[in-house]
Amino acid sequence: MQRILRKIIKVGTVTEPLGRSEQTIEVLGSELDRVIRKRFQKSLAIRQVDAGSCNACELEIHAMNNPYYDLERFGVHFVASPRHADLLLVTGPVSRNMEVALKMTYDAVPNPKMVIAAGDCAVCGGEFGCTYATVGAVSQVIPVDVLIHGCPPTPTDLIRGILMAVGLPE
Amino acid sequence: MNFTLTQTLVSRLHEAAIPLETREGPPPCLQVAEGQWAKVAQIARQEGLRLVAEWASEENGAFTIHAAYALGAQGYALAATQLGQGVEEFPSLVPHYSVAARMERIIHDFYGLKPLGHPDLRSWIKHDSWPEEAFPLRKDFALNGPLHRHEGSYPFIGTEGEGSYEIPVGPVHAGIIEPGHFRFQVVGEQILNLEERLGYAHKGIEKHFESRDAVSAARMAARSSGDATVAHSWAFCLAAEQAAGRAVSPRAAHLRAVLCERERMANHIGDIGAICNDAAWVFMQMQCQRLREDLARLHHRLFGHRLLMDLVVPGGVTRDLDLDGIARLRDQTQAVAGEMGELFKIYEENTSIRERVIGSGGISTQDAHTLGLLGVVGRSAELDLDARRDAAYSPYDQCPPQVKVCRGGDVSARLWIRFQEIQTSAQLIEKLLVDLPEGGFQEPFQAPAEGSWGFAVVESWRGEIATWIRFGPGGRIQRCYVRDPSMINWLGLELAVREVPVPDFPLNNKSFNCSYSGHDL
Repeated sequence: MQRILRKIIKVGTVTEPLGRSEQTIEVLGSELDRVIRKRFQKSLAIRQVDAGSCNACELEIHAMNNPYYDLERFGVHFVASPRHADLLLVTGPVSRNMEVALKMTYDAVPNPKMVIAAGDCAVCGGEFGCTYATVGAVSQVIPVDVLIHGCPPTPTDLIRGILMAVGLPE
Repeated sequence: MNFTLTQTLVSRLHEAAIPLETREGPPPCLQVAEGQWAKVAQIARQEGLRLVAEWASEENGAFTIHAAYALGAQGYALAATQLGQGVEEFPSLVPHYSVAARMERIIHDFYGLKPLGHPDLRSWIKHDSWPEEAFPLRKDFALNGPLHRHEGSYPFIGTEGEGSYEIPVGPVHAGIIEPGHFRFQVVGEQILNLEERLGYAHKGIEKHFESRDAVSAARMAARSSGDATVAHSWAFCLAAEQAAGRAVSPRAAHLRAVLCERERMANHIGDIGAICNDAAWVFMQMQCQRLREDLARLHHRLFGHRLLMDLVVPGGVTRDLDLDGIARLRDQTQAVAGEMGELFKIYEENTSIRERVIGSGGISTQDAHTLGLLGVVGRSAELDLDARRDAAYSPYDQCPPQVKVCRGGDVSARLWIRFQEIQTSAQLIEKLLVDLPEGGFQEPFQAPAEGSWGFAVVESWRGEIATWIRFGPGGRIQRCYVRDPSMINWLGLELAVREVPVPDFPLNNKSFNCSYSGHDL
């Protein structure tokens, strides 16, 4: 226990203010109005759905929860069920084998709901495009509100995209 | 690459009076008649060889089945059998190597070739909504060919008996994880059987390769499994460079190895944190996530990408290191390794985490050997395998790593190996950077001649990645096969969690940390 405490004290708090973002986020659609933002009461539950990514996006989504970025300080947390979620964070070029599961997950999220397509694959199909195995953009399958570009997007890009979607002050 | 095993296999097959031809490479490939295909596997099994991979290819409307075998320091041997025109079946290797089961199901799915004697030909990557007559890897199937959907179902293995029940999980999991489905047969809270259903992340990577040249295809290889992007790119580039008969400069080889070892450190650190997190020990998770982020940030600063994607390309690497970069990389590597040493002591003293991991999800050395489990998983069950040493690709031929193995095969052993390998990688990085040769780091890649082929393995943090490539006209890839270590290790997970309580499944799953994307391609 002593060693644990010593380590915690020695490392201290590493959490940082949110850095500058590059031009990697696009807000789409009219759903993102003030009413929706108000309804989330500055607290947001996210259900992440991997629709066939290469798992690089997942690594960066995980990184949002590391002590440097500490996403939870903004009132944002990940939930285990779409039924508890306000927002779907979707990655991957929507593989044919995930298409139905993605639709079902979307349908299971209560209204009002939002969708972020994160990463180049989810935005436009990326390197994989539209083939026998992949549908391409997430917006081909479910309505999308915010696009976050990048292969993969950095944790800063992801956090900014999420905050933009929910209208939280940064 | 070390292909010494080819000679050994040739002499054994001669003793058994099996007629064969050797196609000189590099790499050499043994051609046997279709009728002898299973016999070769039988002899290989008797000799203690490991089946690395089995795959198919199509040329001029006829099919070839390929296999790669390995045996410790003797390295690798390739074998192939050509099926006649119109022949759409081949002898299954499953009676000799159970690990071939899923690889043959994939051949069946994608080529429509039937492995005779295979006990389970349910579709694997091709889910039930796919038309049965669609064979995506056949040459007459277009990459963007539309496929109609139809209703179907997948017959899972069931259990009967009082008190037994079934838990379906996925493909959308409870955490931030890749898609896959697990079907548990349970009694009380004890798992009787786990059946995996994968293929949800299938993106047609092997089909994509076939429309590209090596440089463009390297981007696809880098996305086979994002967490092992360096290792996948490296295996692809080695195979392509072997086909072209060119080796990269010593400096490029060193830089590739530095990137690959850094990737190993980052993922091992991440896994240690995540395993501890699954046992509710958040302290370790936070410390490891912090260190992992430190690595990613320096990668971004020195190489322009946090996960080191697209840095390894045919002909070398895209970025060089200057003296300042070398100093930063050395300093941080040693500092992070030092901190992980400190965290290891804390881990060893923490009885509550030890209580959860010791004895959970054990695999016997015998089972690990039978399946040929790879990487951390194999080494934690006393399998002394490491492609860096056994395949002896540059630069590891000059500085082979000290391979650590341990007993137990449980979550604790898999954690221990990771802690050890972080230190080994740190030592290797130090050595590679101190001895970094002068010279160029990238040369233009000359397209290999039509018909040339290459086979390469790279020890990723997860285990051995094998890539086989053959070029067609105009430098285009005619066929490229990738075998991620997850193809093998997913089978190990099914074995490991028998008799494990359901709440310990995440702990075990994380300690294997197989790639869904790398398996599904």
